[in-house]
Amino acid sequence: MEPLSNRSKKVQKREMTFAERAYLPAIAQGLGITLKHFFKKKATINYPEQTRERSDIWRGLHVLKRDENGAERCTACGLCAVACPAEAITMIAGERKAGEEHLYREEKYAVTYEVNMLRCIFCGLCEEACPKAAIFLQDDKIAPARYERDEFIYGKDRLVEPLKTTETK
Amino acid sequence: MESVDLIYKAIYILVIFGITLLIATYSTYFERKIAAFIQDRVGPNRAGPFGLLQPLADAGKLFFKEEFIPAKANKALFILGPGIAMLVATMSSAVIPFGDMLIVGGREIWLQAIEVNIGVLYVFGIVSLGVYGLMIGGWASNNKFSLLGAIRAASQNISYELAMGLSLIAILMMTGSLSLREIAEQQQGFNWNIWYQPLGFIIFLVCAFAETNRTPFDLPESEAELIGGYHTEYGSMKLGMYLFAEYINIFVASAVMATLYFGAYNFPFMVELEAWLANALDNAVTANNIVTLLGVGVMFAKIFLFIFFFMWVRWTLPRFRYDQLMKLGWQILIPLAILNVVLTGGAILLKDTLF
Repeated sequence: MEPLSNRSKKVQKREMTFAERAYLPAIAQGLGITLKHFFKKKATINYPEQTRERSDIWRGLHVLKRDENGAERCTACGLCAVACPAEAITMIAGERKAGEEHLYREEKYAVTYEVNMLRCIFCGLCEEACPKAAIFLQDDKIAPARYERDEFIYGKDRLVEPLKTTETK
Repeated sequence: MESVDLIYKAIYILVIFGITLLIATYSTYFERKIAAFIQDRVGPNRAGPFGLLQPLADAGKLFFKEEFIPAKANKALFILGPGIAMLVATMSSAVIPFGDMLIVGGREIWLQAIEVNIGVLYVFGIVSLGVYGLMIGGWASNNKFSLLGAIRAASQNISYELAMGLSLIAILMMTGSLSLREIAEQQQGFNWNIWYQPLGFIIFLVCAFAETNRTPFDLPESEAELIGGYHTEYGSMKLGMYLFAEYINIFVASAVMATLYFGAYNFPFMVELEAWLANALDNAVTANNIVTLLGVGVMFAKIFLFIFFFMWVRWTLPRFRYDQLMKLGWQILIPLAILNVVLTGGAILLKDTLF
């Protein structure tokens, strides 16, 4: 049969040489390899003391951002919820009252905003859908393990960025 | 024997016993450390500095585990098995000379527990008893896999003991003595037996691996096909005893190899150093003691090197297949050992007639 490509190799079965049959040279070679590994740098990361550096584009826990004055950016437009393929985001919109201008940037705001971390697939589509640059997936936090399912529904109390960090970010 | 000598012997035996146990304990730690290092990991490092208390933690765990004895097992033999393994393993270090002679208060103190003129035979006799521990344990478990493991252990030990004994005959022909102390003394300075018996040493080394049931000859406990081999049904400290006995056996095998082939407590320029020290200090007794203690250090360094080698090989070579193991033992090692005996005999004859 014609070979389909010129890459096929004819297998030859040949007698082993005496050095190969004697087994000991191969053992010595193997010992050399393992000894080299003995002195190599270890790949282990001692977890609680050291943490592995994450990639810049790694997507972790959500955060709802504030603007430069400390007001919440989110206007409860619902685009993130629409963009979410896992339907993990729900929210209830409310109207801003007089005197709350320092709390919410626009007239409409989210009264409740919940992300179900058990449904979320951390795809980042909410982040891309948001027209107000309000929701982001942080690159340094993961949703920690918990015992109850309802503890994985993150409300505004756990999602909104704390006030202090607005100046530094 | 004087009562003072008896007391000294008792103390010395206790010390050797303690050292044996200590080295076996820390062998478990170093085994894990070396395994980790060879596999690019860091190994145990949580218990104490560098994980040095890990053996204590392991022992604590084993002691507090459930003492389980299978319902259909032979209870007495089941308990006896690990006991025999442990007893036999600790007995064999008695005749090994760990050092030369110390002189304290005009009294000669030999750093060897028992000096018998059949030291080598004693070691071999005791080591070959070790298989009873495994055999009884595997039999008493009343488990097919345990029995298979025990049978493997027995047949393997018998096969390799033959080649081991034959490789040793060449040494005995050269030294003309069965006493380990005499063999050690004949290798003074750098006049080690390894230079005259390289082939014999390799055969002895391979057989030592098989006798101690270490990889690549750990078929009696091959977990892939026999679950755990002879110790399948064992748990808690009874399993610990079996594993511990294995480490003691490694220590003894290393000590025997260092004594027979690598000059025991001798090191290069030993005599010159002693003469120089005696001259410099103007005290022959102190010089002798310093050199002897140095020799003890050298002996233990050699032993540790061999223990490291045992572990190093474990993480390099895969396990033999059973038929390969038998073929290597009967068709290769035994003829090679006989060839070695013939060659040694020829060399001795040549030397005697020509010079």
